[in-house]
Amino acid sequence: MEPVHIDAKGLHYTPLNQQIRRAVSEGATEIIVDNVLGQRFIADGLKGEVTIRINGVPGGDLGMFMNGPTCIVKGNCDHAPGNTMDSGKIVIHGSAGDAVAHSMRGGKVFVRDDIGYRGGIHMKEYGEDHKPILVIGDNACSFLGEYMAGGIIIVLGKSDNTFGGRGVGSGIHGGEIILRGELKERQLGVGAKITEFTEEDLEKISPYIEEFCGSFEIDPEKYLDTKYTKIVASSSRPFAGKYVWE
Amino acid sequence: MSLGSVPLKYRIQIDRQQCMQCMRCVYNCSYGVFREEDDGNILIDSRKCTACHRCISMCPRDAINLSEHPVDYRSHPLWTPQAREDVINQSRSGRIVLAGMGNAKDYPIIYDRLVLDACQVTNPSIDPLREPMELRTYLGQKPSKLDIRKQENGEIKLNTKLSPNLELQTPIMIGHMSYGAISLNAQLSLAKAAAKTGTYMGTGEGGLHKDIYPYQDNVIVQVASGRFGVDINYLDRGAAIEIKIGQGAKPGIGGHLPGEKVCTDVSCTRMIPAGSDAISPAPHHDIYSIEDLAQLVRGLKEATEWKKPVFVKIAAVHNVAAVAAGIARSSADAVVIDGFRGGTGAAPKVFRDNVGIPIEAAIASVDQKLNDQGIRNKVSVIASGGIRNSADIAKSIALGADAVYIGTAALISMGCRVCGNCYRGLCPWGIATQREDLVSRLDPEVESEHVANLIKSWTLELSELMGAAGINSIESLRGNRSRLRGYMLDEGTLDVLQVKPVGA
Repeated sequence: MEPVHIDAKGLHYTPLNQQIRRAVSEGATEIIVDNVLGQRFIADGLKGEVTIRINGVPGGDLGMFMNGPTCIVKGNCDHAPGNTMDSGKIVIHGSAGDAVAHSMRGGKVFVRDDIGYRGGIHMKEYGEDHKPILVIGDNACSFLGEYMAGGIIIVLGKSDNTFGGRGVGSGIHGGEIILRGELKERQLGVGAKITEFTEEDLEKISPYIEEFCGSFEIDPEKYLDTKYTKIVASSSRPFAGKYVWE
Repeated sequence: MSLGSVPLKYRIQIDRQQCMQCMRCVYNCSYGVFREEDDGNILIDSRKCTACHRCISMCPRDAINLSEHPVDYRSHPLWTPQAREDVINQSRSGRIVLAGMGNAKDYPIIYDRLVLDACQVTNPSIDPLREPMELRTYLGQKPSKLDIRKQENGEIKLNTKLSPNLELQTPIMIGHMSYGAISLNAQLSLAKAAAKTGTYMGTGEGGLHKDIYPYQDNVIVQVASGRFGVDINYLDRGAAIEIKIGQGAKPGIGGHLPGEKVCTDVSCTRMIPAGSDAISPAPHHDIYSIEDLAQLVRGLKEATEWKKPVFVKIAAVHNVAAVAAGIARSSADAVVIDGFRGGTGAAPKVFRDNVGIPIEAAIASVDQKLNDQGIRNKVSVIASGGIRNSADIAKSIALGADAVYIGTAALISMGCRVCGNCYRGLCPWGIATQREDLVSRLDPEVESEHVANLIKSWTLELSELMGAAGINSIESLRGNRSRLRGYMLDEGTLDVLQVKPVGA
C-alpha cells in the first residue's frame, strides 16, 4: 500500500488523529504527516503496526498510551514523548523536552540529541515482553530515571559533554541507568547506587546501541566499550523500613 | 509481650462455661490470638487482637468477650493513651507511624450538626410510594445553553453537541479501592453490586483484573501517578476515567503497596514485577501545573476519542475551591473531592489525622466557587470521605454535590469492622488481604448482595427524605442549602456552608 500523506498545516490535534486512525483502520502501513507544528497527542492510544513519519515539531505527549506503532520525527519534540507507552517505537531526529518516556512500560524511545529533566521517570518493566528502552544520543538533565521500576536508560554523550545533572535515580527500585563516562556519588538520588559496568552489561545493551545508531546513521563502534557508569537501585524496596505499625 | 511494653489494647475473654471448644475462633483468627492446646483448651494471647470481631461473629455460643483499653493509664486530657503510646512506639522504632482506615481524631462532625427540612401544611410532602421520585443522576459536563431548532418537517433538532455523561440510577457510587489493597473477591463483590444497582465502582490504581471485565460498563478506571495497569485497553474498557491527584486520607503524598502484597495476579493486573514495591509518586510527574492537568485530561480523552467522561479526584485541602475551579476549566467532566475522613488501606497516621479539611465544607466551597464563576455546569461534583448513611448523602447533595462515593461503608457491608489493620494483609474478612485462604472466605455472590442492599436501602431513604421535603427530583435538592440548617455550628462555618442556623 502506498504511504498515506496528511498535511497537518493549521490542523487541530483531534482531526489530525482522526485522520491517522482512519488511515490505520484502512490498512495503511506508512503515514507521512507534513507541516506538524505543535499538535499534541499524535498517535495517542494508537494500536497497530504502522510507521508514522512526522515532519515538523510535534507538541507534548507524542505516542502517549501507544501500543505498537513506530513514530519517526524529523524535528524536535516537546515534553513526554512516549508517556505511558505500552509498545512501539519513537525515533526523534533532534531533542525532546521534560519527562521523556514518563511511565513507559514497553517499547523504545530514541532521541538523537538531548532531553530535558526527569527523563525516563517511573519507567517500569513487566513480564517477558514489556521492557522499555530509552536511548539518548547526547545528554540528559537532572532527575534522570527517578522512581524507575524497570527497563534501561542509556545516555551516550556523543558530543563528549559530561553529564552535569543531579538526583539521578531517586527512588529507583528496578531497571538500569547507563551513562557514558563517570558519575559522582553526589549526583545520585536517594536509593540509587553505582555499580560496575561489565562486559556482560555491554553485551546486553549492544543491540540497543546498534539499533539506535542505525536509526541515525551514526557509527556505533565508538560506543561499544565499557566506558559507562551503571546506576541501579540499592533496594527493590526503597520504602521498607520507613514505617512502623500503629 | 516483652518487659517494658505498653498495656494491651484489647482483652479477649472466653466464657469457659459457654465455650464448646469448637475451635472456630482458632481457625478464624488470622492474627493468632487463639491457640489450641494439646488438652483441647484454648489459650488466648490478647496482645495480638485487632478487634476485627471475626471470632466474635463466628462463635456459635456468644462466648467471646472483647474489652478495649482494659488497663487504664492515669487519665490526662492532653496526654491521652494514644499520644503516650505513639511517643513510645516512635522512640523505639525511629519510624513513621502507619495507620489504616480513616481519620481517627475526635474532630466535630459537621454532618451531625446539620439538619434537614421537611414540609408541614404548605407545599405538601410527597409519598414516594405513589409519586415518581427522580434519583437518576447524570455526571459530566452540561451545556450552558441548548440550541433547539424546529425543522421544516416539524421535527425538533438539537444542534448543541452534548458531552458524554454517566447515567446513574442513584447518586451513590462505590469509591476507588484497588485490587492489591483489597482482594479480588472484594472487588468483584463491589463490581457486581454496582451492576445490580445501576451505578459505578472505581478500580483504584490497581488495574482491571479480567474477572471484572464482565462488569466493565459499571466500572470507572483510575489513572494515578504510578500509572499501574494503565494501557489503552484499560482506558477503553472503563465507562469513565478518573485521574487521581490526591486522597483525603493522605493528601499530598503518594502510595506504596508493599512487595508482600504484590502476588503474581496483582502484578499482572498492575503490570509490574511480582514482589517489588508498587510506588505511586506523590505528584504525577507529567503534571506540575493546572495546564499540565488539562494536558493529561485531554490526553486521556484523545486516546479514547472523546467518548468517555474524565474525572479528576483531589483531596479536600485549604484551597480546594480554587483547584476545583481550575479543574472545571481543564475539559474534565467531574471533580471528585475526598474529605479528610476518607478511608485508606494504609497512611501515615500524622497525615490521616491532621491533613485536609472536612468534606462538608469542601463541597459547599467548591459548589459556591463554581457557581460564582458561572462554570458549575462544566463539571459534576462528586463527594467522598466519611459518608456513613443516607442522611450524610442528602446533606452532601443539598450542600452542592451531584453524587457521592462510598468506600468504608461498602466494606462494612461486606464484613469489615473498621479495625484499621488493612495494611497488615491479614484481613480475616477476606477484604484487605491477598492470602488465598482468607480471600476465599468472602463469597462475591453473597457480599455483592449485601453491598447492593446497602445502596438500595439508602436510595429508598433518600427518596423518603426528599419526599418529606416536597422534592421529587434529585436536581431540586442539589445545592439547595435552604433545606439545611446548622445546629450549634459557629458563624464562620455557617458562612462557608452558606447555611442558616436552626430557627432562622
